[in-house]
Amino acid sequence: MLAAKLNGWMRHIPVWAVWLVALLPVPALLYLAATGGLGREPIEALEHELGEIALKLLILGLCITPLRRFFGINLLRFRRALGLLAFTYVALHLLVWLVLDVQILSQIWADILKRPYITIGMAGFVLMIPLAVTSNNLSVRKLGPRWVKLHRLTYAAVLLAGVHFVMVRKGFQFEPLIYLAVIGLLIGLRFLPKQSRRVSKAVP
Amino acid sequence: MANRWKNTLTERDITPEAAYLDRRRFIGAGIGLGLMGLAGTARSETLEPNPWEDITQYNNFYEFGTGKDDPARNAHTLTTDPWTVRIDGLVDKPGEYAFEDIMNAMTVEERIYRFRCVEAWSMVIPWNGFELADLLAMAGVQSGAKYVAFETLYRPEEMPGQRFPVLKWPYVEGLRLDEAMHPLTIMATGIYGKDIPNQNGAPLRLVVPWKYGFKSIKSVVRITLTDTQPPTAWNTALGSEYGFYSNVNPQVDHPRWSQASERVIGGGLFARKQPTLMFNGYEEEVASLYAGMDLRENY
Ligand code: HEM
Repeated sequence: MLAAKLNGWMRHIPVWAVWLVALLPVPALLYLAATGGLGREPIEALEHELGEIALKLLILGLCITPLRRFFGINLLRFRRALGLLAFTYVALHLLVWLVLDVQILSQIWADILKRPYITIGMAGFVLMIPLAVTSNNLSVRKLGPRWVKLHRLTYAAVLLAGVHFVMVRKGFQFEPLIYLAVIGLLIGLRFLPKQSRRVSKAVP
Repeated sequence: MANRWKNTLTERDITPEAAYLDRRRFIGAGIGLGLMGLAGTARSETLEPNPWEDITQYNNFYEFGTGKDDPARNAHTLTTDPWTVRIDGLVDKPGEYAFEDIMNAMTVEERIYRFRCVEAWSMVIPWNGFELADLLAMAGVQSGAKYVAFETLYRPEEMPGQRFPVLKWPYVEGLRLDEAMHPLTIMATGIYGKDIPNQNGAPLRLVVPWKYGFKSIKSVVRITLTDTQPPTAWNTALGSEYGFYSNVNPQVDHPRWSQASERVIGGGLFARKQPTLMFNGYEEEVASLYAGMDLRENY
């Protein structure tokens, strides 16, 4: 009942509106960073904000399938946008790191190879490239079942991003561990036996 | 014995705070014109102290939260009066020393020091304080003492960060006795001539300018002279990344990032990094303390 109502309501939200709302933080953050609104050290703050939004979008993307499977809420239309938006934010996060943070060209490679948390973040980003490139109707049609297989890379990419976040923080901190647990849970749901789906379908 | 060390950063003296504020405004206006880089280098060359806002709004003080702005937001809850420092261990006159009595006995002077965080950022801070050696002399260091252990206040009601096991509380630190007695080592009680704000470690904190910032323990309530190397908070939490010595050293990287360069806080969005100096620029004064030691081994 509620799910059906929600689904009907969601149908009226155009995908471009999701893009618009989700991209609003970009100009807002840039403005704040340039005018002192992000505190005394805007480069690190910008890096953190972009990384956190990227991670949240990735997690939202992982929610779509379980929401449909367990609650009958269908947000499938927005999944591609969420994925591409997450990729956009990771790319901006990386860009800030390259241009504003590290600056020194020789140190970029050294950091990617030598610093495990950068290596892992970079691995996550690299895994996302084929996913972003194939997030269009043409690729879905051309790749067929291979598309579904390829897009299972999402799980690895999001896990790497979660681990990267845990490694960034110093000391024992709850916040990144909670993110990692949520990611683990959402991926774990994929491995539940399909039986429960039939049950929920049997009781419409 | 105050004034054993002369500031090399005083040639240009501290710019009065009002002038800073004007300068900040000028820098702010310059963003669009690409003047940031110029202003940034000008500051690092002359080593002018960072403005009050940088020093008091960008802090690591996990007792008040792990965000850089958490201490400025949360530290107002800390009661710093009355305050006593327990000095014990291998001293002639162990006991509880009231903060006022300490201040009455010490000579407070200004020290403009570089401050280099292990996270590869830095500031220049005009501290007011007294030499730790003078405080230790007051308690009378016994001949068997080899190390000095420090402890931060543990009061979770007022220090919300202590309710989470980010580190093992209370925060503890330690120095070798010769490091503690070095004239550069001070207990700071003020910044820019004002009482030190809570978020910077009120009412008194250690400042060891040639070591990474986390060695400079804040809001000290206990100082113990010992003959064995005391545990230190970050070393206990993650020994592979944070050693007992933690001297600033551009040649020995942190496992997770390079220590060769640093970003001076306050430079804005396009701040250039600057090279990190050996012993944070105090090589001449302190290198002899570590003669013959492998600094890579003793990180
Ligand atoms: C796979 C996608 C990625 C996600 C979702 C992600 C997310 C995050 C998050 C959530 C944080 C911590 C923010 C905070 O502490 O509040 C962070 C920090 C950081 N990330 Fe990423 N990241 C990703 C990839 C990368 C890549 C590819 C790089 C660089 C090659 C990178 C470099 C950094 C750096 C340097 C920090 C901050 C370290 C610091 O200064 O404290 N990340 N990231």
